[in-house]
Order: sequence, then C-alpha cells, then structure tokens
Amino acid sequence: MSEDINVDELNQRLGLLEGVENADVEQYLSFFLDNEEYAVDILRVQEIRCWEGATVIPNSPVSVKGVMNLRGTIVPVMDLRLRLGLPEQAYKPLTVVIVLKFETSDGREKISGVVVDAVADVHSISPDDIQQAPELSSNVNATFVKGLGCTESGALILLDPDTLLAI
Amino acid sequence: MTVDLSQFYQVFFDESLEGLDAMEAELLRYSAGTQDDESINTIFRAAHSIKGGSGTFGFDSIAGFTHVLETLLDQIREGQRELTNQHIDLLLQSIDCLRDMINRLSAGDDSVPDSAAQLKAAFEAILNDENELGPEPEALQAKQILEETSSLEQLADTQTLGWKVTFVPSEDILMTGNEPLFLIQELTELGDHEVELITEHIPQWQQLKPEYCYLRWVVKLYCDCTEQQINEVFEWVADECEIKIEKLQTKSEQSIPAKHPPLTSTQPQTAMQSVTQTTDSNEQIEQTKPVVNKPAKSKQADANSIRVGIDKVDSLINMVGELVITQAMLSQLFESEMTSQTLSRMKEGLAQLEHNTRDLQESVMRIRMLPISFVFSRFPRLVRDTGQKLGKKIELVLQGESTELDKTVMEKISDPLVHLVRNAIDHGLELPEQRLAAGKPETGKVTLNSYHQGGNVVIEIIDDGKGLDPVKIKNKAIANGLISASDELSEEQVNLLIFEAGFSTAEAVSDLSGRGVGMDVVKSNIQALNGTVDVESEVGKGTTFRIRLPLTLAILDGQLVRIGQHIYIIPLVNIIESLQIDPKGVSRIGGEYDVLHLRGEYVPIVCLADVFLHKADAQSLTEGLLVVVEVDGGKVGIFVDDLLAQQQVVIKSLEANYNKVEGISGATILGDGTVSLIIDIISLVRMAGVKSMATANLVSTDVNAEGV
Repeated sequence: MSEDINVDELNQRLGLLEGVENADVEQYLSFFLDNEEYAVDILRVQEIRCWEGATVIPNSPVSVKGVMNLRGTIVPVMDLRLRLGLPEQAYKPLTVVIVLKFETSDGREKISGVVVDAVADVHSISPDDIQQAPELSSNVNATFVKGLGCTESGALILLDPDTLLAI
Repeated sequence: MTVDLSQFYQVFFDESLEGLDAMEAELLRYSAGTQDDESINTIFRAAHSIKGGSGTFGFDSIAGFTHVLETLLDQIREGQRELTNQHIDLLLQSIDCLRDMINRLSAGDDSVPDSAAQLKAAFEAILNDENELGPEPEALQAKQILEETSSLEQLADTQTLGWKVTFVPSEDILMTGNEPLFLIQELTELGDHEVELITEHIPQWQQLKPEYCYLRWVVKLYCDCTEQQINEVFEWVADECEIKIEKLQTKSEQSIPAKHPPLTSTQPQTAMQSVTQTTDSNEQIEQTKPVVNKPAKSKQADANSIRVGIDKVDSLINMVGELVITQAMLSQLFESEMTSQTLSRMKEGLAQLEHNTRDLQESVMRIRMLPISFVFSRFPRLVRDTGQKLGKKIELVLQGESTELDKTVMEKISDPLVHLVRNAIDHGLELPEQRLAAGKPETGKVTLNSYHQGGNVVIEIIDDGKGLDPVKIKNKAIANGLISASDELSEEQVNLLIFEAGFSTAEAVSDLSGRGVGMDVVKSNIQALNGTVDVESEVGKGTTFRIRLPLTLAILDGQLVRIGQHIYIIPLVNIIESLQIDPKGVSRIGGEYDVLHLRGEYVPIVCLADVFLHKADAQSLTEGLLVVVEVDGGKVGIFVDDLLAQQQVVIKSLEANYNKVEGISGATILGDGTVSLIIDIISLVRMAGVKSMATANLVSTDVNAEGV
C-alpha cells in the first residue's frame, strides 16, 4: 500500500468494476481499522472520498459523525471504529470515507458513509473461501460480521453493510 | 380530403369538462341564491359549446343529450320559464352524466350511461309540457321525474345477480387452435345464462378474411359462480383474447330470462343481428361495452400535469431572458482584457446573476403553488348532495380560498378533507328539528377556512353541530381497549382518541361515513405530509378540526444561527424578532427554567445548546442573542450565540439516507458546500419541555413547564 492515497484512482477502479459480475469470485474492498483488515462487498461501495468533515446531528449516537454533502445529497457519516467499539483515533490524512449502499429493514435503499483508517486493497474471494465467523472478541458486534474471508495475506473480516448501517 | 379530427379530441374533452365545472359552479350559486345576471348565460354558453363541439366531432350521444338541455336553458334564459330547484337538480345530474360520457369517450368507449336516457326523457317531458307552462305543474312533474330517476339511482345498491362476461377473441384466435365455441359452452355450463353475439366488427365482404374470427360475445351468467371460475374458463386463451368481467345488477329477481341456447357457429354470418334481444328495462350494467384498445392514458397524464397561469409562464420566460443576457455579459467580460474596471463590472455581473437565479428559483417554485380553491371547489356540490341525502340543511362557507399551497401537498390533502367534511355533516350537524329544539338556526353551518400561519398552511373545518360527546368517546375507547376505565383524561385528550386506529363514534354505520376507514387514516395521511391535525370541540356548539401543513416541501427562507461551531437554520417565517437579553427581565421559574418579561408577555427561553447538547460560547444569557419565534400562537425565545446571514435554502431530506431527527425538519447545503440543519421549532419546543407558551393575555403563573 502506498503512503499517499489517490481517491480518484480508487474511484476509477471502482467504476471499472461496475457491472462486472463474476459468479465464481466475489470482490471485496478491504480497509484498515485499528490495524485489523476488514472488507465489504465491492458492489456495495459507491465511492471513496477524503474525510472533509461533517455537520453534527444533535442527539445522535456517538458513532454517527454527522451528515455530509455528497453532490447535493445529504449523506450520514459513521465512524466505523466507534460503531465497532474500537478505540477512537484522531483523523489523519489517510482517513477516508467509504460511501456504501445498504438496504434498511423495510426495504428502502439508502447510502451512508463510513470513516475508516485507510483503504487497503481489493480482494477476490470465492464464496468457498468464506467461513462463518467463529466466536469473536467481545468488542466486535457479531451481527455486523458476514464471515471471514481467507486471502493469501491472511483473514479478512467481512462486514455486512445492511446490519452495520442500520441505525 | 378528410381531416383527422381525433387529434383534437383531447382538447374537446378538456374544454367540455371545464365547461361542466363552470356550469356546476353556477348552478350551485343558484341553489344557494347567490346567482347574478350572468349566471344563466354562463351555463347556457357552456352547454352550447359542448353541444357544438360534440356535433363537430361526431359524438352524437353527447350532442343529442346536450340539445335538450340547451333548449330548456334557452327557455329559461329568455325568461319563458323559471329555473326551479327541480331544474337545478336535474341539471346537476346531467352534468354528472355528461362527465361520465366524456370520460368514457376519452377512454375510447362510446357507450352511454343508463342515466342519460332517463334524464333526457325527463327534460323532454318538461319541454313538451308547454300547455301548462307555469312553475306549479311543471315543478310537480319535474319532481315526479326526479323521484323516478333517484329511485333508479338506488339500483346501484342492489345485490349482484351474476356476471356479464365480454369475450373479445383476437382475430387470429382460430389459427392458434382455440375454438371459441368450446369456451362459451364451458362458460354456459356454470349456470343460467344468456349469450349475445356482437357482429358489428365484421368487415366488408372484400376485406373479410375467412380464417379470421371477427365475432365477439357477451355472455350474461345468472348464477352465483365466482369471478375466478369465469377466469379459469379463459385460462388457456388469456393471451389471445380480451375478457371483461363485470358484475350484473338488477332491480328485481324476476328479470332472470329464459335459457337461450349458446350460439353454435363461429363463422361470420350475414345476419348481423344479436342472437338474443336482451335489454330488460330493469337491468343495470355497471360498466361499459368492451373496448378493444386499452383505456387511454389520459387520466394518468391528467394527474401529473399542472395548469399554470400564463402570467407565471411569462415571468419565467422574462427571467430566463435576463439570465441569458447576464451570462452573455459575463462571458464577454472574460474575453476582454483584465483591468480593475472589468473586475468591478464582473462583480456587478455576478451580483446580477445571483439576483436572476433567485428570481428564477422563486418563479419556478411559484408554478407548483396553486390556490386552495382547487380543492375547496369540489365541496359545494359534495355538501349539497350529502345534505340532501341526509335531510339536513347546510350552509357552506369557504374562506381563504386564495391561500396558495404546493400542488403535491394539495393533491394529498384532498381525500382527508373530503372525509372530514363528510364527517362534519354526517356526525356533526344535527337534523333541522333537533337544531330548532336546541335553539339553533335550522340551517347548519360548515366552514372551510384556510390561511397562512408561520411556515404553515392551516385548514380548518368548522361545524356548528352537536360537538364531540366526550362520554361517548370515552366509553367507546374503553370498550375498544384503547384506554382503561381508570384513566384520567382531560377533555382534549379524550377528543384526540378519535384519531386512534379502529375508532368510530357513529352508532350506526351510515352510508356516508363511518365505514371503518376512520380518522386514523386521516391523521396518518396528514402526518405523511409533515402536517398535524387537532380537534377542538364543545358539546352542543360544534367541532373544529385544524389541519396544519407545510407550505411547500421544497424551499424556505432561513436565518442562520450559530451555537459554538455549529450552524443551524431557523425558518424566517417563525421569527418575530431577535434581541439581546436584558438580565433584569429574566425570572427563573422553578429554579430551572428562564422566562423573559418582554413587553407585557412572558417568553420562555429555550437554550439551543442545552437541547442539542452542544458547547456554546455564551456562558450567560447576556453574551448571546435571543431569537423570539412564534409557535402555535405562542412565543418562545431561542437562545443562540450569534446570528449569521439570512438566506433562502433548499430543503433536503435527512430521512432519505438517515432517520428523522427530533428538533430538525431537514437539512440544506450552504454556499460553502457544508451541510446545515434546519430547526423544527414545534418539535424543538417539545424537546425543551415547554408545554405552555406565553400568549399576550397570559400571566406568568400559567407557565407551568417542566424545565429546559
């Protein structure tokens, strides 16, 4: 992973992935949180943005950083560290916002940004390589975790945006 | 050379419907006794143009029908007759009938509603009655006819006796190996039946293709089979034909005809007659003849179109013109050499651009705003008909008809309004005798009032009827398990129970209201528009329903305020004034709650930083500013650090991607691209726990709040 991230390039790569659906392999965008590598289904990723601040929503949960302006649409931003119960960390230049598409329990499609320490990589994982998550450490809410994906570099914690972003 | 007139049909339909609306409005003025000299001419002209138009386009049924109407109107116009209430009734019924005819025609169906012939006969009877040209006998006869027609109208309520199945096979059905004969046989096995063959679609001999099936059938089944059974018969040919299944309703049982043998030939026949002559005079078939082409989409298009005054469009065009000029000026400046002079001119140009953009935005928004009379205009007729049906005398008062409201809001509010008005007439107003006995005028009064208040449009439905009966409501609520007998409820709380699901106070379910679709639906419809509804009632005096709706769902003028580093927007319409607090005027109530004595009023202070849990700069009341806002007729002061700019903001939904946030009505994007939240004053005050607000004649002891 290079030191300076290029959001434009990442978005370009995301754009190429749109519409490409390979039944055998699922692609996951991975990112770092507290030195752990997490990932979400790349088809759920709308875009990646630099952290530019957000407007605080009064009386909202701590993990909700606020709302941001995404080309005229009001999009909530959530700090994934806080959502997962990880220690809080000041935002650095590498901190990015991943804009994810998710579906609410009543079937409406929404988008929400999540703040992560840094974007890592795109992994191709075949469904066979995804295992049910074993009992996880107590500070991670197990309902957010879809499973564990095996890659050459190690295990990826695969998150489910639908449960993760339901507030 | 022939001209294809069909392209003008829609225009004719639109104009005719407009004409009918005008006729209806004028007729209602007659029945209310507020007509003027022009009224009869307006009615006559409308009828005349409908007749003329329909003649031109070859809609003979309408032309024939309107002709008798016009003749009668002409006689009235010439002073040969007087316009009696019976005439008005008949004319109103004919307007309904004509509307029906036009709607059917615009759907591509040229059938005539059954009421048309009856009404036409009624008019002709009046017209032929020349010997006794005088109000007395004529009125009598008209009344008789009216009774006849109304008895016929009641038929709609009689029981279902069977089905009318219209079977239109596609022309090439025989080539797909399907035999219509078998289908009809199968259908007739369901029970008593009657089969009619429609042969009018057989082409000229020269164009006739022997392999094609040009025949259609209408099968009437007089049995209690289900619609599904009928559908099953046609299951295999559903793609090759059109099936229309309608309920068959008859007045009496006797009309069940003898069995007719099903038609056995599928070949084109030269005998172009129906196999059976059906039309028993008692029969009423709800719907229409089969239509080969699908119903026209005109109705849907209607719902999504908007009629805009030409002045609004003109102003739009002007503004776009100005915008183009400004843009041209700016691009010219960019091409010229940069001097300090061009720079200042460019600044000017940008200011102008801003001005243009705002004007344009306002104009575009205005297009969506329509006067509420669009909704109100349907009520005179509704009130008149409902009142007649219930034997109640009602005066309808419409106020504030020019109040403008966003079109989307308007469309969605009309059904709840109809429901509330019907309720007011049905449950609210008493019968004339009861009213006289209660010492009230015989004629009940229903008032529809609309006005702007703050950023809202308020619509009131006021009746001077018997009011809500708290005891009855309470008992009902206890019976329904909504509350328990031991609950202590104030009268207001009791009244609000009528908005609970599954609540209906009408002891007997009437034809008009109380069909189980209750006030809870009204409430949820209004809430869906971000509106509120409440009710005020006094036993014996009447009931007032008050609906509060946001003016528009799109834009507002806002005052930017700052608390610490947070910027919020307070809707400008709510703001009365902003001031610096004089600490001498502040009293602390209950040790936790500040009230400012402001020119004889006590204004509770809501500290925005406390409610929203933000860190404020101002450490004491003297360091910040107080924004005094009006809510529900009371005043509240919102304490903020500072006031910033005032600007118009486009309301964006927070809920689209997030949830509803208490105290916040929406969000907007400021000039620098950051998001700012718009404060919902009512909800904010509720959050702050300020229950009772200061009003001009309120003394401080009345302010019993729970604290900020």
